[in-house]
Amino acid sequence: MQRRIPRLAAGLVAAAGVLALTACGSGFGGSSPSGSASGGLTSGKGALTVLIGSSGDAETAAVKQQVADWSKSSGTKATVQAASDLNQQLSQGFASGKPADVFYLGADTFANYAKQGSLLAYGDRLKNKGDYYPALVKSFTYENKFYCAPKDFSTLALEINTKLWDAAGLKDSDVPTTWDQLKTVAQKLTKGKVTGLVTSNEYQRLGAFMTEAGGNLMNDTSTKATADSAANKQALTYVQDGLKSGWWKFTKDVGAGWGGEAFGKQLAAMTIEGNWITGAMKSDYPGIDYKVVPLPAGPAGKGTLQFTNCWGIAADSPNQAAAVKLVEQLTSSDDQLAFAKAFGPMPSIESAADGWKQEYPDYSAFIDSAAFAKGVPTAVGSTDVVTDLNSKLASLKTADIGSLLATTQKNLSALQG
Amino acid sequence: MTSATVRTGGRRPHGAGIRRGQTAAGLLFTAPAVILLVVFLVVPILMALWVSVSDWGGRGSPFSAGVDFVGLKNYAAITSGGGLAESDFGTSLRNNLWYVLLVVPLQTVLALALASLVNTRILRGRGFFRTAFYFPSVTSSVAITVLWFFLFNPSGAVNALLGLIGIKGPNWPADADGVLHDLLGLVGVQSPPAFLANGGFLGITWWDWLAGPSVGMLIIISLAVFTTSGTFMLLFIAALQNLSQEVEEAAMVDGASAWQRFRLVTLPQLRPTLFTVLTLGLIGTWQVFDQVYTGSKGDPGKTTLTPAYLSYQAGFINQQWGQAAAIAFVLFAIIVVLTLFQRWVLRERGVSKRRMRRNGFTPGDDGRYRTADRTLTAAAIAGGVADRRGGGGDL
Repeated sequence: MQRRIPRLAAGLVAAAGVLALTACGSGFGGSSPSGSASGGLTSGKGALTVLIGSSGDAETAAVKQQVADWSKSSGTKATVQAASDLNQQLSQGFASGKPADVFYLGADTFANYAKQGSLLAYGDRLKNKGDYYPALVKSFTYENKFYCAPKDFSTLALEINTKLWDAAGLKDSDVPTTWDQLKTVAQKLTKGKVTGLVTSNEYQRLGAFMTEAGGNLMNDTSTKATADSAANKQALTYVQDGLKSGWWKFTKDVGAGWGGEAFGKQLAAMTIEGNWITGAMKSDYPGIDYKVVPLPAGPAGKGTLQFTNCWGIAADSPNQAAAVKLVEQLTSSDDQLAFAKAFGPMPSIESAADGWKQEYPDYSAFIDSAAFAKGVPTAVGSTDVVTDLNSKLASLKTADIGSLLATTQKNLSALQG
Repeated sequence: MTSATVRTGGRRPHGAGIRRGQTAAGLLFTAPAVILLVVFLVVPILMALWVSVSDWGGRGSPFSAGVDFVGLKNYAAITSGGGLAESDFGTSLRNNLWYVLLVVPLQTVLALALASLVNTRILRGRGFFRTAFYFPSVTSSVAITVLWFFLFNPSGAVNALLGLIGIKGPNWPADADGVLHDLLGLVGVQSPPAFLANGGFLGITWWDWLAGPSVGMLIIISLAVFTTSGTFMLLFIAALQNLSQEVEEAAMVDGASAWQRFRLVTLPQLRPTLFTVLTLGLIGTWQVFDQVYTGSKGDPGKTTLTPAYLSYQAGFINQQWGQAAAIAFVLFAIIVVLTLFQRWVLRERGVSKRRMRRNGFTPGDDGRYRTADRTLTAAAIAGGVADRRGGGGDL
């Protein structure tokens, strides 16, 4: 026994060494995209993979259908895969050197991938480049390069429960257009179990009021932190006043998971959500009558927040030329309206806006808000700062707004270092 | 006899050869497991170690040309500098520490209690209870997590039950208040004293370190106790069934009560199993991930953020792979240090000669206890119990 153990150990070490070497040799070596280059883009014969973070069967089926149609007309094969965890699957693809060719990419995480060099900056090659909403293009610009084509977008608007509205003796002319009016109607609507306005406590909702006061966490190109501005302070003070006097409550305080739930259960007479709420109301609370109006204007005019995704193309894709063609097709007016019909997203190009309004006349407030909507910060690492801010906004009612915004300013400023 | 002679005769010249053959066979038989361990454990761990000291951004191989060695920069980012990375790491350690402090003792005690229950001979339907108690352990943790968060929904079953006895339950998944802070609030301590508010560690003030688990974290704590105590119950049952009945009976004859028999005879004999259970519990609780990933994602207010989930988030969401790997290695170090500490606390202490003599044993008295057999040690202790009943012994 005594003699055998060192030999066994030596054998194991040798085996480990050999394995490590072979493993490195086969898998972790340099990865250069195969295929020939054409106009700076790679082009090959292989099939394209499209990785999507789908909201459900309707979305998956619609994307599959449009991609299949493109395959038929272009002759390039393409398969659509619905990711169970998009960020994780993207990361694995980029690390292995064999990522999906085309994929969904959120505005909040896009800069992380752009920074690491995983994305193809193809925005300027798009034929329909001028048709995208300028604010959306800004969301997908990193270091002055327009990286990827906006896929669709959402904006926040005010949803009003019409039955509760009428019961409080309010009329159509009372629809709030200023902060003061919002306060007045919300106070009238607060009665018993019903709170006038219920929203979640995230920056992703309250930030709309920052834009109405003329502020935001960062400037439009996400290159400068502006969190501790007087405008932001004014906006949060307005929210805090509402919470203190009780006509505004956060979802967690009425026992709801999000604004739509509080609204659907009639714990809230009004809420602030994006156009995703329409699908949830239809499926979960079909009995509730409501209308959608633009958010009231603040001291600096109208404002709201927008959220968007883009069609990313991998820098390591062996067939970038075909991928760009596919994206051009998928963001065309026809295809975007087909998506809108199937599962409701708002088209990212201005020329399709009228088509969307015809499809959804009751929800035109959402797309009308695009004119004055601002994006959320997209700087590398800003998601963490926003998450941190959200955790503090939960106790906004008693918080010291100045120090809260100062911390956020400090954290955002650190990102540019 | 003949064959035996032949074998003996043949072994002399080729003895070493046979042994060599055994070594080769041994290596061959262990090879699949060893190869799997190396490929899926050793190599990835070494790669992660490299990533934690490199500036790899997440694209292509960490060993490719553009990736540089940056020393301990990633470790510095999560442990100093006053940035968000530091306070997030501090928060996650705080959360996990409270989680461990509550889950490990609770699940061990519950597992031991359940094991003792289903191990008693008088209990009817033992098989049924064993299965019932073990069932949560074999169910998918994702399924149970979803179910658990459903139960703890503000309008869910737990609050409905609390409502029956007149308590208005909290909004469990959204309540970020620390339980200790809440309790201190009840006795009138609303804001921190200056010495707690000003100092701090890892970007978190001492006052926040003392917050206790948040109400939201209690969901995950109860879930962990519920699912893992079944597994550990199984370990305890196996150990209990291995205990010799004679020792128990000897203690009974000596007049030890049921509680004394359990505490002074059974429990010391379970020490090896207790060590296993505590170690597995400690490792498992410091690595809690799936409940956070499927259930709370760090909410409410980052109070269910754990180092394992933070590591995942830093890597897969924020593409800070170096920091993610650094978090993983700090976590690894914490687990190793705590396990060593616990090993030291639970180390086998021989019964001292002085105590032996006091308890009426003298070396050579019967000689057997010198074998240091655990059973006999227990018997000696049980003897001590009897002595104490007589007013002589002192444990």
